[in-house]
Amino acid sequence: MAKKELSVSAIKNGTVIDHIPATHLFKVISILGLDKSENQITFGTNLKSQLQGRKAIIKVAKKYFADDEINKISLVAPHAKLNIIKDYNVVEKKSVEVPENLVGIAKCFNPKCITNNEEMTTRFALVEREPLALKCQYCEKITDEKHLEII
Amino acid sequence: MKNKSLVSITDFSKEEILRIVELASEFEANPNQKLLDGKVVSSLFFEPSTRTRLSFETAINRLGGGIIGFTDSSSSSTTKGESLKDTIKMVSNYSDLIVMRHPLEGSARYASEQSDVPVINAGDGANQHPTQTLLDLYSIYKTQGTLDNLNIFLVGDLKYGRTVHSLLMAMSMFNPTFNFISPDSLKMPDEYKLFLDSKGIKYYEHLEFTDIIEAADVLYMTRVQKERFSDHIEYEKVKNVYVLRNAMLDNTKENLRILHPLPRVNEIHTDVDENPKAYYFQQAENGVYARMAIMASILGLK
Ligand SMILES: [Zn+2]
Repeated sequence: MAKKELSVSAIKNGTVIDHIPATHLFKVISILGLDKSENQITFGTNLKSQLQGRKAIIKVAKKYFADDEINKISLVAPHAKLNIIKDYNVVEKKSVEVPENLVGIAKCFNPKCITNNEEMTTRFALVEREPLALKCQYCEKITDEKHLEII
Repeated sequence: MKNKSLVSITDFSKEEILRIVELASEFEANPNQKLLDGKVVSSLFFEPSTRTRLSFETAINRLGGGIIGFTDSSSSSTTKGESLKDTIKMVSNYSDLIVMRHPLEGSARYASEQSDVPVINAGDGANQHPTQTLLDLYSIYKTQGTLDNLNIFLVGDLKYGRTVHSLLMAMSMFNPTFNFISPDSLKMPDEYKLFLDSKGIKYYEHLEFTDIIEAADVLYMTRVQKERFSDHIEYEKVKNVYVLRNAMLDNTKENLRILHPLPRVNEIHTDVDENPKAYYFQQAENGVYARMAIMASILGLK
């Protein structure tokens, strides 16, 4: 029985994104544009995790992500782990890291910043990974982890 | 630097800064050069700043250019809810260059991305005001004969003053020594001190405004603004401590010049005005030549 359950959700070729915080599952889906994808996608949420409270998992068939594509989720799912599946086997495991440039993901903490007053895309450059510091490319102010908001 | 916008002083290299400074002195020697003949410059002041606007408009007129624009946003379509993007798209069709002052931080960078013509930032909120920095650099160059190896004293509000931050960044290319004089609550932020550390530039911090200024080549004064203090008593305490008086200049260096971005409140006593070391009024005039140099070089006319 257990074996059958596994085979239903297993994918032949594609990517499994594991260790997504359950609260951010839909953010991850939206950042990766999976809501508009034609690929077969299965996801589970509120699964028990030893690393975090409740996790979510996404399996995308026939899809391999480029590093700068997948790294976009690092702000909402910093501990996400990727399993690259080929012919039912995990051929590679990857972690995500905050990219050097973030476009349209984070919100600038500065209320006087143009990005908070005009309909436009935000742009940040990474200053520091740990602790996180992002420099707004417009107002040039630093947004830190404490003030970080995802759009 | 042809067709390059000027949003932040760090957009210009050391060579480009020196080029502007040299051009400014050419324009000062020969101010009526109709290089902008047949060109239209948009002067977009989304918030009023008479001083900066008049300086730019004088520079444009001396270069023989035409001006379109507005002097505050109440007379522009912004009050009808037009986005900055739409205003810039429209105006960049009409003109060869945009000069923009805007209360929001980052607005100039965004405008430069949306515009087909170069944008000169004439102040974006508390963020950047690079033409002020270039006129400061020209003033220093003109009075000291060089930008290299100078001892620069910055006095007053070093925490919020964007002019001192930009000046610090720009002067850092010229091996200076800095002395910072400010109340504890308005000290130079750590990010700038870390920047100086990383470049191996010496700086000293002082709480008291005393005879240490005898070592100065440049004394750059700023306003201590009341609204920066949450504590009214604290403001009353510091506002009269950082006041420059003529008697304090007795033993200062011959080449010392006193700069101030203006307008001043009480931080430079009027008894300093007649001292030949007072330079803040000429400094303002230098703004016209610096802005002529900036516009001419951005349009590739010099
Ligand atoms: Zn910003």
